[in-house]
Amino acid sequence: MPKCIFIDTTRCTACRGCQVACKQWHDHEAVPTLQTGTHQNPPDLNPNNFKLVRFSEHKLDGRVHWLFFPEQCRHCQDNPPCKDAADEFLEGAIIIDESTGIVICTEKTKELTKEQCEEIIDACPYNIPRLNEKTKELTKCDMCIDRVHAGLVPMCVKSCCTGAMNFGEREDMLKLADEHLAYVQKTFPDAELLDADFLGVIYLVSHPREMYHEYAKRETHPLNRADFLASVTKPFRNILG
Amino acid sequence: MTQSWIDIKHANVVLIMGSNAAEHHPISFKWVLKAKDAGATVIHVDPKFSRTSARSDFHVPLRSGTDIAFMGGLVKYIQDNDLIQKDYVTEYTNASFIIADSYKFEDGLFSGYDAATRKYDQSQWAFAKDDKGIPKRDKTLQDPRCVYQLLKKHYERYNLDTVSSITGVSKENLLKVYEIYTSTGKPNKAGTMMYALGWTQHSVGVQNIRLGCMIQLLLGNIGVAGGGVNALRGEPNVQGSTDHALLWHIIPGYNAVPTSAWPTLADYQKANTPVSNDPMSVNWWGNRPKYMVSLLKGWFGDKATAENEFGYNLLPKVEPGVDYAMMFVYDRMYQKKDIKGGMIFGHNPAMSFPNTHKVRAALQTLDWLVMGELHDTETSSFWRQPGVDPKKVKTEVFLLPACQRGEKDGTTSNSGRWHQWHFKGQEPLGESKSMGWMLIEIMNRVRALYEKEKGAFPEGILAHDFLKEYDAEEMAMRINGRFTKDVTINDKTYKKGEMVPSFTLLQNDGSTYSLNWCYTGCYPAEGQNLAKRREHTQTPIQAKLGLFPNYTWAWPVNRRILYNRASVDVNGNPFNPELPIIAWQDGQWVGDVPDGPAPPMAMEGGKYPFIMHTEGHGQLFGPGRVDGPFPEHYEPVETPLTKNPFSSQLSNPCVKLPKSDLDLLAAPGDPNYPIVLTTYSMTEHWCGGGDTRNTPYLLEAEPQLYVEMSHELAEEKGIKNGDVIVVESIRGKVEAVAMVTVRITPFQVEGKTVHLIGMPFCFGWTTPGVGDATNRLTPSVGEPNVTIPEYKASLVNIRKADKVTELAR
Repeated sequence: MPKCIFIDTTRCTACRGCQVACKQWHDHEAVPTLQTGTHQNPPDLNPNNFKLVRFSEHKLDGRVHWLFFPEQCRHCQDNPPCKDAADEFLEGAIIIDESTGIVICTEKTKELTKEQCEEIIDACPYNIPRLNEKTKELTKCDMCIDRVHAGLVPMCVKSCCTGAMNFGEREDMLKLADEHLAYVQKTFPDAELLDADFLGVIYLVSHPREMYHEYAKRETHPLNRADFLASVTKPFRNILG
Repeated sequence: MTQSWIDIKHANVVLIMGSNAAEHHPISFKWVLKAKDAGATVIHVDPKFSRTSARSDFHVPLRSGTDIAFMGGLVKYIQDNDLIQKDYVTEYTNASFIIADSYKFEDGLFSGYDAATRKYDQSQWAFAKDDKGIPKRDKTLQDPRCVYQLLKKHYERYNLDTVSSITGVSKENLLKVYEIYTSTGKPNKAGTMMYALGWTQHSVGVQNIRLGCMIQLLLGNIGVAGGGVNALRGEPNVQGSTDHALLWHIIPGYNAVPTSAWPTLADYQKANTPVSNDPMSVNWWGNRPKYMVSLLKGWFGDKATAENEFGYNLLPKVEPGVDYAMMFVYDRMYQKKDIKGGMIFGHNPAMSFPNTHKVRAALQTLDWLVMGELHDTETSSFWRQPGVDPKKVKTEVFLLPACQRGEKDGTTSNSGRWHQWHFKGQEPLGESKSMGWMLIEIMNRVRALYEKEKGAFPEGILAHDFLKEYDAEEMAMRINGRFTKDVTINDKTYKKGEMVPSFTLLQNDGSTYSLNWCYTGCYPAEGQNLAKRREHTQTPIQAKLGLFPNYTWAWPVNRRILYNRASVDVNGNPFNPELPIIAWQDGQWVGDVPDGPAPPMAMEGGKYPFIMHTEGHGQLFGPGRVDGPFPEHYEPVETPLTKNPFSSQLSNPCVKLPKSDLDLLAAPGDPNYPIVLTTYSMTEHWCGGGDTRNTPYLLEAEPQLYVEMSHELAEEKGIKNGDVIVVESIRGKVEAVAMVTVRITPFQVEGKTVHLIGMPFCFGWTTPGVGDATNRLTPSVGEPNVTIPEYKASLVNIRKADKVTELAR
């Protein structure tokens, strides 16, 4: 049965418990950061940060809107574009765990070239995977697959105290997402679930998705192999670094 | 907290004021959001738009230091529109009490003020009493000298125009908050107030909280589900440390510290034991002698006897009228240089105290300093701080490595007064030890020296019944207390050595001991450490309330919601039948543990609900605070204004100001320092940052000192987001990274634009490149009642930095 994380961003207080808990579970190194005029730190996903709370602030009609977006891999259902892209280069570099639907970058990604990795990253509509320059592996959120197989919830969900992060069977999460959406729409009529049909990590947002960050918006539909081949010739999109 | 965290979910309106709850008490928002889900309106009133504001229904920016003006306007709104919860106010508060003629208020000053000492004669603010010594009352609330009418008179100046002009809050926003919050004045509605250091850290800090309490009393919101005045306490175990008297002015169990004005125990008991002639008043502090003798008996054991005043004569006594708060200890250290040494445990004053320059200079006058810490801090390394030559510092510093809380057994008391046991998770790293172990070890060695060498007043040291070695379980038992001999009380015999099951059984004859009466009952029998309970069992009424009486233990007597007798009418029927806390059914109370077993007030033997007050009533008129019985707006000591529109008293007339060459203050309206600075904590770092800057994941998330400021101010000063700037007060300067944000807006105050900036205070030089103490900017200004510093409002200026020395770039 596919597993799913449902993230209700309207309940997120950006405490960043999920961001830190993720690092702790994966035994990731702390990365050196600087204050650059934002609370968002590190500035972007990286091989030591599979989860990152993005902050964006707006003032509309005299009212402040501070939006929080706990970013992570969406674990696309069926044909994840990263996997489709990777399969072109090396079968088994990126796989889907059958019992859970979790999309995994395996150790085999080490065998990919840097250019191949960049193409895979470019295939991701959410700009999620990152190349670990040291190990040469492609990295991203693994939905704490070790925990999930042991019957535990992912660390980010475990750490969340407000009910923003939820984990369970996809069917149950979709139901929960619909309930939350109906409730949030009373205050924010334009609230929506982001790409819920395709994804194993579903976000509920209250504001237009482009207000959260550049890649909150899915720019392409899931690619099939033919689409992918057609796309590899187009110039790389700028990868946030 | 008068409530528990869970209880927040029952509120119809949540007013978060003087707190950034979502960031500093993240778990609180689990319950705030549950309240919101159930239809509550969540309001955040605070100088800046924070993560709390983002999750509230709306945010109202307020100029820091004007909470009394804001809430004074709310009191006026309540009274003008008659929105009080009538029965509650008449029966349970002192609104109907007649005040003695000696009480007056004129142009910002209450009667009895002595300008020379900056103190009031509080006896002039007395209740008028009848020939039996019972306060006179007018339950129609019409007498011009009754509290209700005096309150009305006091706040008649707090009209919308003046309040809006001084606070910088638009009239529209004021009315919006007033309207929504007063909707909780109905018997079946409740509003909760959540506050923290945003209310306390002002020169009017205690009166900020008083006024919050008064509004809650007027609206009938104390003692009821979803109500209360909720001090958000948390990480630093403020609740537990206050209960156990970490502060200088009290000894455990909220008993006054002995002074030389009370040379004998009899003097102490007489001065501290209030008397009520009203048979309906419980006057709980009438029990003080039992608690005090039991405490002395706990300290001195068999050596405490009736003949030697249970060891009272062995206690050190402070001088009356002298302030021993740390602000004045550092002042003395710096100026008189007569403090030889000291011990600092789990505290980083070289970061967290105001006017840090002075603290850092003061420490250099010590011969020795012993510190217990997890990490090297700016305090333990003051001798090698930037600009100081270690060779020229005479102080010998001993840094004892302390273990983390997960490495020791013990308790923390949460905000809802839950006494919670935490179990050691692993052995301490390396040679580190718990701070309890250190203190016991040091003291036993000192005792051994006194034993051997005697010295001055050895009995003061040796008479203590001291632990041989640190044992958290034994401490918990001693805090609860034991019988010291076989005693029969109400036909039941308790054996010597047996645990005292409840503080009602504590005695004033030495037959019981307890190191803190509040906690008696937490360990009612051998093997029953209730702090370890993790049971979720509930009765249906408890389940509805979200009470978990079998999960840990709450002081007092496992009562989860304080003053709960105020949640029922005089006949014991809940004001809100949907959510009763207690109810009188078939001749007994059901629900939470009631505030005493007495029947409802209208019945024979009935008692008033506010049992801790001598008169038994919630105090709208509060003669116990040194700076006035009604809160009055005064400007912060450093204010951008030169006039207070409410009176000719610009700042709090009783404020405490140490005077030294380093205690400079900007003049009111000083053009060199026109910007208001407010300081705060953040989610990612803890207090002065000693722990969390050494936790790499947290430093990654919040790596360096920043200044939050408006786009308008940034533009005025030619500053861009991410620029390093210099923030300067009359006391010092600090480098920080500009965070230019829409979350801070300029205020329109008394016809001019006032800018406000905000900075965290957790970044210090021992972590390279993160910046250094923000508190080099803030002033040593002490609130008159408790000497809490005015961290939340001071004056600064800012400019773009020419060169960067404190921050990695």
